[in-house]
Amino acid sequence: MTSTGNTLQVDAQGRLKHFLTIAGLERDLLVNILDTAESFAGVGERAVKKVPLLRGKTIVNLFFEPSTRTRTTFELAAKRLSADVLNINASTSSTTKGESLLDTLRTLEAMHCDMFVVRHGQSGAAHFIASHAAPHISVINGGDGSHAHPTQAMLDMFAIRRHKGDFASLKVSIVGDVAHSRVARSQIHALVTLGAAEVRVVAPRTLVPPGLEKMGVRVYDNLRQGLADADVVILLRLQNERMQGALLPSAHEYFQYYGVTEERLAAAHPDAIVMHPGPLNRGVEIDSDVADGSRSVILRQVSYGIAIRMAVMSMAIGSHAAAEREEN
Amino acid sequence: MSNPDDIEELITRLAEALAAHLARCGRDAPLMVGVHTGGVWVAKRLRQLLAIEAPLGTLNINFYRDDFTRIGMHPMVTPSDLFSVDDRHVVLIDDVLHTGRTIRAALNEIFDYGRPASVTLGVLVERSGREIPVQADAIGRSLDLASHEYVKLRGPEPLSLEITSKS
Repeated sequence: MTSTGNTLQVDAQGRLKHFLTIAGLERDLLVNILDTAESFAGVGERAVKKVPLLRGKTIVNLFFEPSTRTRTTFELAAKRLSADVLNINASTSSTTKGESLLDTLRTLEAMHCDMFVVRHGQSGAAHFIASHAAPHISVINGGDGSHAHPTQAMLDMFAIRRHKGDFASLKVSIVGDVAHSRVARSQIHALVTLGAAEVRVVAPRTLVPPGLEKMGVRVYDNLRQGLADADVVILLRLQNERMQGALLPSAHEYFQYYGVTEERLAAAHPDAIVMHPGPLNRGVEIDSDVADGSRSVILRQVSYGIAIRMAVMSMAIGSHAAAEREEN
Repeated sequence: MSNPDDIEELITRLAEALAAHLARCGRDAPLMVGVHTGGVWVAKRLRQLLAIEAPLGTLNINFYRDDFTRIGMHPMVTPSDLFSVDDRHVVLIDDVLHTGRTIRAALNEIFDYGRPASVTLGVLVERSGREIPVQADAIGRSLDLASHEYVKLRGPEPLSLEITSKS
């Protein structure tokens, strides 16, 4: 990420303006997001599952790609902060051109919205919107192409910190289709920034993007070696919809070599946790015994996602509010 | 004011005033709740002095502040820790009652945890400068301060009161 990317995300006081990518963010800011999320985590367990922090603010979920989990947890997070939420499912086909994206943006700005949560099939869409949006608007990247999915990565970091503690002593194995995964890219940036002892990627060579070692990652094409003594095992979904050309013989074949079963998980540390961003392809990247087993934290990741999204939304809107005040 | 003996005296006076108020209103088995950070320090001492059995509740009112849209998000260190307040006699404790805005925020937060039978407010120091109609049921002492003067409780060990002047 270039320095302009960081100027776009973080203001001169180091506050989060937009949340577009983990790349280039300071460790302290990531820890601050995790700590803030921790303080929101209890809100869902109270009699009234709401805090009045963003009362009177309007948040737009602008989704150009289908999504259930990410959209609903963003929506729930916004509602728990007492914001008003607008859900817009724009079709990808009519809005991939910059012109029309800009037109959509101007229309929504005219409705006096305060934040856009953007999910788009093209890498860089959230950056584009953030750099063209009116100054009072915050943009959160809800996943852009195969570039970044920063809130997913942060909820994964939240899960790791809650269940395994200090990153400095952890070996983390990311197994699966890293080449097409915006989640993996953001996870790697987050894990390296937070100082994980070892970050590994385990995948067939056709699904490993070039230059991964430069990010501080060890690459394995053998599952058993890649899982050896791992404290955290993150599985990725095989993204059939993003694959072009013959990268894999078949999903069945993939399971034969890279599908994680209880038996193969035995190579990892006995206390290892298993994570998956969802949705699961059972019998492809993960066996049902593992998905539903005692080491799986997959469903808890969903609840952590609400707390992380509450944290990022309130921090970004809060810093805009503070910055506007300072200017006046 | 920074003499620790004085603080002990203030806390004792507040404890006596609270006990008298609770007895007068017939409020048994109270649930003590302190407002972060100073209010929690004071509430811990009061809970011992009044021999309250229920665990101490703590409130961090950052999510309920009325100045979020002016100053943005405060760094959150300790979140609120409160059990159900349904049908309980809540004793809300803060170190200093000044504008009344903190107590307004704290009351709103308490009611998001349930419907208490009653709320009693106890403060170590009540000072001038109220901006909304909030008053304490029990106080350690009153201070008449100018608007540029601020009183702050330092702690947790030892507790001391500090009065500063900001221009």
